[in-house]
Amino acid sequence: MPIEKFTTLVSTCVPLPSENVDTDQIIPARFLKATTREGFGKNLFRDWRYDKTGKPKADFVLNSDRFSGQVLVTGKNFGSGSSREHAAWALKDYGFRVVVSSFFADIFKNNALNNGLLTVQVSESFLAKLFEMVQSDPSTEVMVDLEKQVISIMPWLTQERFDISTYKKNCLLNGYDDIDFLVSIRDKIIEWEKQHTEL
Amino acid sequence: MSKKTIFDKIWDRHIVYDVPDGPGVLYIDRHYIHEVTSPQAFAGIKDRGISVFRPRKTTATADHNVPTVNQHLPIDDELSREQINKLAENCREHNISFYGLDHPCNGIVHVIGPELGITQPGMTLVCGDSHTSTHGAFGSIAFGIGTSEVEMVLASQCILQTRPRKMRISIDGELQKGVTAKDMILYIISQISAGGATGYFVEFAGSAIRSLSMEARMTICNMSIEMGARGGLIAPDEVTFNYLKNRDFSPVGEEWESKVEFWKALPSDPGAEFDKELFFKAEEIDPVITYGTNPGMGTGIRGRIPLLEEIDEASRSSFKKSLDYMGFSPGDLMEGKKVDYVFLGSCTNGRIEDLRSFAALVKGKRKADDVVVWIVPGSKQVEKQAEDEGIGKVIEDAGFEMRQPGCSACLAMNDDKIPEGKYAISTSNRNFEGRQGPGARTMLASPLTAAAAAVTGKVTDPRKFL
Ligand code: SF4
Repeated sequence: MPIEKFTTLVSTCVPLPSENVDTDQIIPARFLKATTREGFGKNLFRDWRYDKTGKPKADFVLNSDRFSGQVLVTGKNFGSGSSREHAAWALKDYGFRVVVSSFFADIFKNNALNNGLLTVQVSESFLAKLFEMVQSDPSTEVMVDLEKQVISIMPWLTQERFDISTYKKNCLLNGYDDIDFLVSIRDKIIEWEKQHTEL
Repeated sequence: MSKKTIFDKIWDRHIVYDVPDGPGVLYIDRHYIHEVTSPQAFAGIKDRGISVFRPRKTTATADHNVPTVNQHLPIDDELSREQINKLAENCREHNISFYGLDHPCNGIVHVIGPELGITQPGMTLVCGDSHTSTHGAFGSIAFGIGTSEVEMVLASQCILQTRPRKMRISIDGELQKGVTAKDMILYIISQISAGGATGYFVEFAGSAIRSLSMEARMTICNMSIEMGARGGLIAPDEVTFNYLKNRDFSPVGEEWESKVEFWKALPSDPGAEFDKELFFKAEEIDPVITYGTNPGMGTGIRGRIPLLEEIDEASRSSFKKSLDYMGFSPGDLMEGKKVDYVFLGSCTNGRIEDLRSFAALVKGKRKADDVVVWIVPGSKQVEKQAEDEGIGKVIEDAGFEMRQPGCSACLAMNDDKIPEGKYAISTSNRNFEGRQGPGARTMLASPLTAAAAAVTGKVTDPRKFL
C-alpha cells in the first residue's frame, strides 16, 4: 500500500532506555496470525505492557501518563532477532512515526522504512542527552526534518545529522513503497522494453 | 572488452535502472504463477487500483494443491478448490493465460514452462516457488520470489534486487553407470553442505554437465537452491537448442535462426572471473541417498551415516536431533533399511526421462508387497507421452499405477501425505521434518534408486539391477 508521506515532524517523545530490544519483545510470536497489516498496535510490547492477567503494568512507559508522542527513543541495537515485518507494523499501528536509537538491526530498519516508519540513528552522546532531557521534562519536543536529514531537540538546542539511503528517503518523502516506486518508473521500463525487443 | 560470465551478460542487459544508493531494477521476461502464492498479490494490485502491466509475460498453472486422482471431478478440499477458482478468476480478469486442470498442458509450473518452450536462454524468470531455479538449465537467470515480489512483477514487470556473488562449480569426467543427475547434485550438496552456496548465483560447468540431457540439467539446477544458492544455471548449447526446437512457444523460421545466434553468444567468456570456484570429479560419485533432515545430509548408497566424532562439535546436537527424527543411529549402513513409501515425481524428477528410467529398472519385476508407490508425472504432457511410449503399460505390469500430475507428496499440501513415522524414498528435493506429512521420514534419491526400492522394499543400490 502507499505509505504515509514523511517530511517533517515535531513531537514529544516516549523514552525506552533498554538496549537490544528484539522483535520478539516488540511483538511476541503468538500475535502473528492475522492476515492483514492492521491491528498489531494493541499487542505492541505486549509482555512488557501487560501482566499475565492482562492488567497494564504501571511501571512500563507506554502505560505512564507522563510520556506520549509519535517518537520512540530507545537504546542501542533496536529490532534485533527474528525478521518479522510485524514488528514495524505494530510500532506504526500504535502511532509511532519515528524511532530514535544509536543503532538499528538491519532487517528491522528495512522493514520499518518500507512501512513509513522512519529510523533515525544518532550518536551515543546525542541519545544520552535526549534521554536526559525527555526524562527531566516530558514536554521536550524533537523536530525531525527528513529533507535536511536533521534531528533537533527543540527549541534548536542540539542538532544532529542522520543518514538514510537516497532511495528510501525519496520513497518516504513521496509516500511510496517499493511497488509504488516501480510503478512510478513505468516510463523508464517502457523505454527499456523498446530497446530490448529480442526477448 | 572486459570478460563476462553468462550471469553478468544476462543480468547487465536486464537492469532497467540502478537506483542510486539502492537496489537494481531488474526486468523480468517471464513470470510464472500458481494458486498458492499469487492471491494476495492480485489483491494488492486491486487495492492500488492498477492493472497488470504486462499480462502476456505471466503464465499461470494449478499444481501445488491439486488432487492426483479424479481430476475430472470437482475438488473435495474446500481451500484447494477456492484457491484454484480464485486463480482462474484473477487470470480471466487480467488476461493471463491459465493452464488449469482441464487443460492438456497443465502440470507443475517448472515442468510445463520448459515443455511449452516458454523458458528460453538469456531470459530472466521468476515465480513464487523456490525451485524456480530449474529454468536456469536453459542458460537463464531464474529464481524464486516472495508474494510481495509477485506483486512487484504484476505491477511493473520488474523487481528490486541486489546483485548476488558468482560461483562456478565444475564437474568433469564421466559418470558411472547407474549414477544420475540427481546423484550429482545430492553429492555436491553433501560435500559443500546445505548452506554452502549462500549468497551466490551458481554456474554449473564441466564435461560431465555438458554431457547431460536437458531433463538432467533441470534436475541439477532445480536443487541448486538446496545448497543455499540464489539460483543455478548452465550455459546453452546444441542440447538446449535441440530441446527447444519446435516447442509451442519457441521461435520459428528466421526468428529461430537469429535467436540461436543470440543464444550462442551467452556462455561465459574464457577467463571471466568468479568470486568462488569449486571442482568435482564425476567418477567419484555413487548413487546418493540422504539419511537426515536437510538435503546436505547424504551419503553414497553403500555408505554409512557418519559417526558422532566425525561431525563438527558445533553441529553435533542438531545432527543427533535429525537422526532421532529419522529413527537412525550414527554409523548405520543405509543399504537394507526398510522403505514403506516410494514417491516418483515433483519438479526435480517428474519428467519423461525420470519415468523412463524408473520403468527400465522395474520392467519384468514385481512391486514389493509392503511398499506403497506413488508415481506422479510432472505434467499432462508427460503423462500422455508415458502412455504413448508404453511406459504406463510396463509400470502397470509390474504392479504399479500412475497418478495424475501435480506437486503431490513433494510438499504434501493435498492428500498425498506420508504417514507419521513411515519411511519414504522420494525423488523430490526436500527432506525437512514434516515436509512430506507430519512425522514423515524422507530419504531423497534418484528415480533409479526409487525404482530399486519399489521392487525390493528396502534401500537398494540400483546398480545391482543394471
Ligand atoms: S514439485 Fe515441489 S518444489 Fe516443485 S513446484 Fe511443486 S512444491 Fe515446488
